[in-house]
Amino acid sequence: MATDVRTQKGLGVTLRKDPWWLEPLFYQCLFGGFTVYATWAALNPYGPNGQHYYEWGPYLSPMFSPFFNPAWLHKLPALLATPALLVLWAPAGFRGTCYYYRKAYYRSVFLDPPGCAVGEPCAKYEGETKFFIFQNIHRYFFYVALIFIFILSWDAVLALMWPINGIGPDNGSAEGPKQFGIGVGTLVMALNAYLLGGYTLGCHAFRHLVGGGLDFLRVKKNHPVRFILWRFVTKLNERHMQWALVSMLWVGFTDFYIRMCAMGVWHDFHISLFPFLNSIGHVFGGSN
Amino acid sequence: MGKVHLRVYRGNSEGGQLRDYEVEAEEGMVVLDVIHKIQATQSSDLACRWNCKAGKCGSCSAEINGKPRLMCMTRMNEFKEGEVITVMPMKTFPLMKDLATDVSWNYEVNKKIPPFTPVEGAVWQWEQEDADRVQEFRKCIECFLCQDTCHVLRDHDKMTKFAGPRFFVRTASLEMHPLDALDRTELLKQEHGIGLCNITKCCTEVCPESIHITDNAIIPLKERVVDKYYDPLRILWNKILGK
Amino acid sequence: MSDSYQSFEYDVLVIGAGGAGLRAAIEASAAGCKTGLVCKSLLGKAHTVMAEGGIAAALATVDSRDSWQQHFVDSMIGGNLGNHWRMAQIHAQQAPDRVRELEKWGAVFDRTTDGKGNINVRHFGGHTYKRLAHVGDRTGLELIRTLQDKGVHSGIDVHMECTIYALLKDGDRIAGAYGYFRETGRPVLFKAKSVVVSTGGIGKLFFINSNSWECAGDGFALSYLAGAELCDMEYIQFHPTGMVWPPSVRGILITEGVRGEGGVLKNTKGERFMFKYIPPKYQGKYAETEAEADIWFKKVVIDGVKEDTVTERKPPELMSRDVVARALWNEIKEGRGTEHGGVFLDIATRRSAEDIKKKLPSMYHQFKQLADVDITKVPMETGPTCHYMMGGVKVDPETQMSNVPGLFAAGECAAGMHGSNRLGGNSLSDLVVFGKLAGEHAAIYAKKLKDFPKVDDAQLKGLNKEMNQPFENQNGEVSYKILANLQHIMEKGAGMFREEPTMEQCLKDLEGLKERVKKVTAEGNRMFNPGWHVALDLRNMLAVGEAIVRAAKERKESRGGHTRTDFTGYSKEFAKKRVVVRKKGAGMEVIREDLPQIPKELEEELVNAHMLKPEILKQLRGEA
Ligand SMILES: Cc1cc2nc3c(=O)[nH]c(=O)nc-3n(C[C@H](O)[C@H](O)[C@H](O)COP(=O)(O)OP(=O)(O)OC[C@H]3O[C@@H](n4cnc5c(N)ncnc54)[C@H](O)[C@@H]3O)c2cc1C
Ligand code: SF4
Ligand code: SF4
Ligand code: FES
Ligand code: FES
Repeated sequence: MATDVRTQKGLGVTLRKDPWWLEPLFYQCLFGGFTVYATWAALNPYGPNGQHYYEWGPYLSPMFSPFFNPAWLHKLPALLATPALLVLWAPAGFRGTCYYYRKAYYRSVFLDPPGCAVGEPCAKYEGETKFFIFQNIHRYFFYVALIFIFILSWDAVLALMWPINGIGPDNGSAEGPKQFGIGVGTLVMALNAYLLGGYTLGCHAFRHLVGGGLDFLRVKKNHPVRFILWRFVTKLNERHMQWALVSMLWVGFTDFYIRMCAMGVWHDFHISLFPFLNSIGHVFGGSN
Repeated sequence: MGKVHLRVYRGNSEGGQLRDYEVEAEEGMVVLDVIHKIQATQSSDLACRWNCKAGKCGSCSAEINGKPRLMCMTRMNEFKEGEVITVMPMKTFPLMKDLATDVSWNYEVNKKIPPFTPVEGAVWQWEQEDADRVQEFRKCIECFLCQDTCHVLRDHDKMTKFAGPRFFVRTASLEMHPLDALDRTELLKQEHGIGLCNITKCCTEVCPESIHITDNAIIPLKERVVDKYYDPLRILWNKILGK
Repeated sequence: MSDSYQSFEYDVLVIGAGGAGLRAAIEASAAGCKTGLVCKSLLGKAHTVMAEGGIAAALATVDSRDSWQQHFVDSMIGGNLGNHWRMAQIHAQQAPDRVRELEKWGAVFDRTTDGKGNINVRHFGGHTYKRLAHVGDRTGLELIRTLQDKGVHSGIDVHMECTIYALLKDGDRIAGAYGYFRETGRPVLFKAKSVVVSTGGIGKLFFINSNSWECAGDGFALSYLAGAELCDMEYIQFHPTGMVWPPSVRGILITEGVRGEGGVLKNTKGERFMFKYIPPKYQGKYAETEAEADIWFKKVVIDGVKEDTVTERKPPELMSRDVVARALWNEIKEGRGTEHGGVFLDIATRRSAEDIKKKLPSMYHQFKQLADVDITKVPMETGPTCHYMMGGVKVDPETQMSNVPGLFAAGECAAGMHGSNRLGGNSLSDLVVFGKLAGEHAAIYAKKLKDFPKVDDAQLKGLNKEMNQPFENQNGEVSYKILANLQHIMEKGAGMFREEPTMEQCLKDLEGLKERVKKVTAEGNRMFNPGWHVALDLRNMLAVGEAIVRAAKERKESRGGHTRTDFTGYSKEFAKKRVVVRKKGAGMEVIREDLPQIPKELEEELVNAHMLKPEILKQLRGEA
């Protein structure tokens, strides 16, 4: 029976009546939008006069941190000669192999499946056994991501160090001593580090490594610390999707904020903190 | 209370079609009640499975308006008045008749999982916190809705290569049992094809027992497979330790 | 449509894959017998899966005072001494081992939180101490899944969705069973040296019940028709707390755990009425004022104080089911019930929303999803529902064999263990204790036989004709209609309250149904045809219904699950009798038999240990 609804297969075949296609569409837009922005931002580190768009005073965009700008980079074709190239592989690899993102893009990009109980193109399917077997490397990206939490937190700390001599024409901090201050950008960067921490520490691979890989009893009896850690990671893991999406958007926004300040479109509010501490700040940033 | 309109699949292994039924509604009805009423008053040979009518046995699985669900836990007042509600048998399994499908494949898979085997000299004292993780998996009522919805089985028919979410849950309940002595990682990777799962979580979405199938069973098991087969440092480390 | 049957041979054939059947099959198979297991549903869906509260065993992990003796006494008092004492004793003695064995097979029971991590136990009606090992409120699921997984790995052949229609005999002794596969409708013959029936209960005979469709009393009828004696058929447990609203969920069980966790019963006037209904046998054991009950509740349930150190007594909501069900019924009858014919069961004002969701998750969901009621905010409506059959096939306590050689029975369809009223949690333990014994002795019996008993082909032909009859019948009624009539007739004639005239009428009505059943018509063909299945079940249900009513007429007193408005109170004469029903010619014969009594030494021992009060014995024996 050709019209038997039960045996029909193929893309989009379903009896679901709700707008199931909204979800893949939403993620296509979201991920598509973010990828476009991130690529554009990464490839445009400099303004027309060579001024930096990736920093503004003490602020450094997370897409360019840790900042390296070796000479050989500039031997590459102009389009690729961006310091972001040396950075972005890590978060991209981490997120690209993250269990949550895998779910999201298998569904919305590969339509495998486009929705639950919705038919898909019945092409050859091998799941994560052939091509996608590389996803198993995820935990190594996690190790790298762990370092990134420290780097980005340190960036947020450095974003408290304001140059007394103001901001130079290239948008970097001018030479000279520093003083403690806090700006909206500092908060944006701190929040970025926090969100990234929440996302990274809720990683499934981490959950496995801290305790999940053990058969529990031994965790409780022999590894009280790992048990507590496992519980903590599990708590974060329950909201891994939320952490993943919000932290991703916030990375984009942090870059955007700094870029806007650097372009002079937005004005960053900041105030001096603890004037009495400035002498320390002086010592701290003095060598710069 | 007016009438409700159901469109039920009638057929057998050779094929079938949807048939329309109109039934007098009563307060608080679930879809299974309507099916029973159809049996009692219109088609006494309409085949469907059920036992408990309280979401505890996992017999009455079907696809209601395209969504895999338990008929006994789907209330009629969820639907708009006058809406035509489609009730289909589970798609992934061969049809026996009407709403009853042949789920025997699942029982075959289960047999391949080595049963619980206690460690030698086990002391049967362990903490609730340890039990919690395993108990989540043991809530499974074997409704097979997750199997039905999983695209690896539903669209790609990998019955011979893939055990399906239900049996990852089962394996997890054994693998994570603190007093179990066996290691089923190889089975998971090879015969049960856990690599075929692309963690798209449809199983979790349909599970009537709200078991976090993907997050708590499949992914942790995948990580155990990584430990054993894909993580070079880990493999080296285990070699050094002589494990 | 072919009458050619498929055929299998087993040393031991187990009918029914609930807890009892699975346990029996595991045991028979372990004894080296080729074992077959048949069930009407898929494996793992049997009614046992619905059990919630727990499995009773004197593990003494929480209250060190507990012992098999106390469990034995509680079961006997709960059963109003209607129990076969020896079965109750075996049960109490062996239950702890059976529970620990389940754990070794992979069951994960809730643990104690005293740092030791033993199996945790909870309170249930009629048990002196905390005694029910449990897994949240899904203990039955844990039990059946554990046994199922053990079973499929011990070489048992399982035939799912296969209904046994008749037991076969070779002369006096059992020879096998005949039935049909539900999917194809094709007949199937099982030749067997011994047969264990463990087909569960009879709930579907009553309109308001907590049981699954499988509980149509098949095992009782099959055994009865094969010449086995049934006893205690008048003892039916009506559970006090079934859902009453909306109509489609009427009867579905609200676990006793709700009361165990502190839930209280109130009428529409807001009174906690249970204090009015403490019967003499429980006097002094339960709190007499709300204040006292509340202190106990606070200490034991909320603060987790060890019960042995608490001087207050527990709330009367925790008395045995027969007592609570009658109290409820009385409140409703006297006009203090809700408009839907129930009373209130309130946990919302007693525990925090969080606690309720954690301790009673499936109750929370059941009400939320089925009745749109949030039990953390408002009280539940509840009324009695037919729940459990205490009576059944009369068996030897040590071997579980019936009077038909080679025919064994275990689980809900065997009689004796629970007397006139079953305590909560005593059924799951009954299943594993007596399931094991039945399997063991069925294997011993089978091993003694050299050859398979003979099966009579003419008899099979006759059975084929009977099974086909609904398709031959023209213009009869659909089976569902007769089923609904039957349920109402039973509800009226043999429900919670019984009296001579209504039972007379009930018997007449059942006769009338018999005629209608002869003409029952099935549409379609034999492929997975529920209308036809019910048509065949009706024969069994009518036989069981008749046995219930006849037994109930015979017992002219009130005891436990058998309450007569024309004979209230215990009678001295009936205290020492059990009512036996058996087939005689084409009719049913009812006789009174002596009920074995607790041996004097044991009784004295228990009295001396202050477990058993002589006054209570006297009173239950109708001597007070
Ligand atoms: C809602 C609810 C809650 C309960 N909670 C508890 C509790 O907390 N604690 C407790 O101890 N008890 C509890 N009970 C009681 C207990 O669950 C049952 O008494 C017990 O499960 C019966 O088990 P069984 O093995 O005898 O039969 P069942 O589990 O009823 O199994 C019967 C088996 O026989 C098969 N069968 C029947 N007829 C045929 C036939 N003709 N041919 C082939 N196969 C057949 C069925 O398919 C099924 O596999 C509860 C009962 C209910 C309804
Ligand atoms: S998460 Fe894996 S097992 Fe679950 S439905 Fe998706 S592919 Fe199937
Ligand atoms: S895991 Fe959930 S969906 Fe799958 S069979 Fe078990 S209860 Fe059903
Ligand atoms: S799983 Fe998402 S970060 Fe590792
Ligand atoms: S009938 Fe048991 S889950 Fe629906």
